Amino acid sequence: MTLSQKHVLGLQDMSAQDMLCVLDQAQEMKEILSRPIKKVPTLRGKSVVTVFFENSTRTRISFETAAKTLSADVTGFSASTSSVQKGESLKDTILTLSAMAADVFVIRHQASGAAEFVSRYTDAHVINAGDGQHEHPTQGLLDMLTIRQHKGRIEGLTVAIVGDITHSRVARSNIWGLTRLGAKVRLVGPETLLPAEVRQLPVEVFHDLREGIRDCDVVNVLRIQLERQEAGLFPSLREYAQRFGLNSNALREARPDVLVMHPGPMNRGVEIAADVADGEFSVVEEQVSNGVAVRMALLYLLLGGSDDAVAH
Amino acid sequence: MRLLISGGRIIDPASSFDGVGDVLVEDGVIAFCGERLPEEMKSGEVRLYDASGLVVTPGLIDMHVHLREPGQEYKETLETGGMAAAAGGFTSVVPMPNTVPAVDNRATVEYVVRRAKETSPVRVWPTVAATKGNANEEMSEIADCKAAGAIAVTDDAFPLQSAEMTRRVMEYCRTFDLPLLTHCEDKSMTKGAVMNEGLSATVLGLKGMPKAAEDLQVSRNIELAQMTGCRLHILHISSRRSIQMVREAKARGVRVSCETCPQYFSLDDAICLGYNTLAKCSPPIRTRDDIEAVKEGLADATIDAIATDHAPHAAHEKECEFQTAAFGMIGLETALGLTVSKLVDTGVISLSEAVRKMSTAPAEILGLPLGRLSVQSPADITVFDPSEEWTVDPELFQSKSRNTPFAGWRLRGRAVTTIVAGRVVYGEVRSAEKTTA
Amino acid sequence: MDEVIQVMSADDIRRAVTRIAHEIIERNNGAADLFIVGIQKKGVPFARRIQQTLQAIENLPVPFGTLDITLYRDDFGSHTSALDPTDIPESITGKTVILVDEVIFTGRTVRSALNALMDFGRPSTIQLAVLVDRGHRELPIRPDFVGKNIPTSRREDVEVDLASDPQNDRVTIRKLAEQEATQ
Repeated sequence: MTLSQKHVLGLQDMSAQDMLCVLDQAQEMKEILSRPIKKVPTLRGKSVVTVFFENSTRTRISFETAAKTLSADVTGFSASTSSVQKGESLKDTILTLSAMAADVFVIRHQASGAAEFVSRYTDAHVINAGDGQHEHPTQGLLDMLTIRQHKGRIEGLTVAIVGDITHSRVARSNIWGLTRLGAKVRLVGPETLLPAEVRQLPVEVFHDLREGIRDCDVVNVLRIQLERQEAGLFPSLREYAQRFGLNSNALREARPDVLVMHPGPMNRGVEIAADVADGEFSVVEEQVSNGVAVRMALLYLLLGGSDDAVAH
Repeated sequence: MRLLISGGRIIDPASSFDGVGDVLVEDGVIAFCGERLPEEMKSGEVRLYDASGLVVTPGLIDMHVHLREPGQEYKETLETGGMAAAAGGFTSVVPMPNTVPAVDNRATVEYVVRRAKETSPVRVWPTVAATKGNANEEMSEIADCKAAGAIAVTDDAFPLQSAEMTRRVMEYCRTFDLPLLTHCEDKSMTKGAVMNEGLSATVLGLKGMPKAAEDLQVSRNIELAQMTGCRLHILHISSRRSIQMVREAKARGVRVSCETCPQYFSLDDAICLGYNTLAKCSPPIRTRDDIEAVKEGLADATIDAIATDHAPHAAHEKECEFQTAAFGMIGLETALGLTVSKLVDTGVISLSEAVRKMSTAPAEILGLPLGRLSVQSPADITVFDPSEEWTVDPELFQSKSRNTPFAGWRLRGRAVTTIVAGRVVYGEVRSAEKTTA
Repeated sequence: MDEVIQVMSADDIRRAVTRIAHEIIERNNGAADLFIVGIQKKGVPFARRIQQTLQAIENLPVPFGTLDITLYRDDFGSHTSALDPTDIPESITGKTVILVDEVIFTGRTVRSALNALMDFGRPSTIQLAVLVDRGHRELPIRPDFVGKNIPTSRREDVEVDLASDPQNDRVTIRKLAEQEATQ
């Protein structure tokens, strides 16, 4: 039992079968994290290299925890301390790192398509830990794992994604993953934060928060960045919070058993009110632990061998 | 030495001649062009070119190339770019001035003229940057550059943003009777953008350039051309609205012309999927609807010319993240094949119209004494086979660079012989002895 | 076609379970500190039978857990299987863990299970119960409780079917066809 693909670059090209396989395995991996000794010897001698060209403490730590729990060796490479600052190209960086016999590259990069680009130049498996505004497949998978744990299914649910869709790789991965597994996806935000031709995607688009989250099973709130205000995409964080910030009042529009998710880090009081972030519907912390489980499952499935049955 | 090109289909749009006939070349000029060379002209030594089955046209003129010399000779030089042009059937090329340093003063214009004379197999007609260093701040010494050999003024790659500056450049161009070639792009709408704005860009998570960024400047430049009386030529037109605006401007008598490039009638923006940096160019590859609009514009002569925007880049400038990859693709060696395959074979335009757009029209727009097969005009001649099928293999290109998205494409139509001033600079003279013996 | 021979009937299995349960109680002076752990996947139903029999004999609850040893295998990379639930509901530290599998063969599964168990705590003793010992050990491991010793060749496969209805329980030996065996 393995994945049908060598790399995990995005959910747009991941089959429903592969996604469900990851979710199933991640579910079992969660148990390991609750053990007194949180380590299994599975990936002893395997080398996982995290290549982060963009700062991201939480994603990086999540991958490292996943790899270490499975006993893989983890090496970190960050652009700020590397030859990249001396002008080395991404291709050369990857060729150099590949020569060090990595089994898996976990790559985070500010350029859309960087993970796919890296996969062209290495024999190792590549996991996209976020490439520009393209995809963040492990976030999409952990969001789906969280939803499935609470709802028992993905199919037939309605999920609203609220905020800066244009610049969000999380939104794209969620759109592909959720719709492939049979959920309905709504996007909520001002036109300035919705990408071109967004209505050609398998989504419904709303400009009004209350309308957009009405009767939703899940509301996934995206982080809003101040630089979007500086780029003239909305007038102020104040007005954004008024119109699109998720507060407990607006949340009453959603189903009574709604889940509130956020990929973090949160701007409390901007895209999400503090009482909602910490409230009974919030599963933000669970998302974090599910992130480790999903990444363990991916490492396990990518590094495992073929389906051949072996006698025991 | 005299050369008689005999038995080919001669297409000379300037004289509306299209039929089998003879072309006699003598001392670097056309001595005869017509159905049958008179007997009395056959006396004396003549080298015979059996062109039966081939098309004989005025030498093709690519009015929009980047030859990278001076400054970026690792991408291309006047020599290698000239060889690529010759291999593609072009006898003249018009390099843009965005070199390093920019061609913005007499010295650099003279440098290009001299280096081209020394190294290039085809004619090179320099252009001058509208502003010094392409910085969009002060006008270049346009008149002085004209005196040194520049034939046009352009803002290619550094579109003039200020309407005031554009107006003054146009007035100055008019003063010295030079056309202004404009790259229409409102940069305030394309900051950080790397491909066409649309579904493909949304899926890829790449910032898109809206068509409005092109349309706004096409509109503005047409208004200013009408106001100033400057001869305006719009480079690499790619959007439906822009083409419509040129159509309307022409109808009301504005002195405006425009060109498109093969990539804008051959590709739509889905070519970028998979982060195909070879398809990254500016203006970006647009949509299927725009391809249709480009074809309509070519068919009704709204679009006067087909140029290549030949933009060579080294491998490492394309083997990188899409957002950091260089803009542009090479085109000299695929333009004829794409034009025949995508426009002529599909009935969008006739072969004669294709020749007009690749030779006669560019010469007219730029005021060059070329693009025709009339007696006493320079013997710049392209002989091509409109039915030869071939596969694009960049490894075989004369260009120093390989950045084409058309690798592996099957095309019809290919240059056989390129003749500049009566001299064969590419290909061979097919001798009658061989074929008739 | 593979040749299939039944080597244990439903009654044989029922009697083996009862005997093993009594042997466990005898060896451990009762069932007070026992903790039954079934190895996923086929060891689990057999372990359930033993647990239920122990509870019936001693009339007290015996804690039960399941253990998936996939992540502890020594042949990872040549083989990846889906994980089944590992569920050790309470601490095994200080307990007498009865590790249960349906068949013992090379001993490698048990080795993996022992490593896995150690990550859950420090049992005072671990004992091993199997329904069938088919021989061919590759590691110094010997079961404490055996339902039946069945000498086999490596070309044979032992199949334990513990159906939901104990009436249909059975153990069979399948002689693998030549091409399959040499795979």
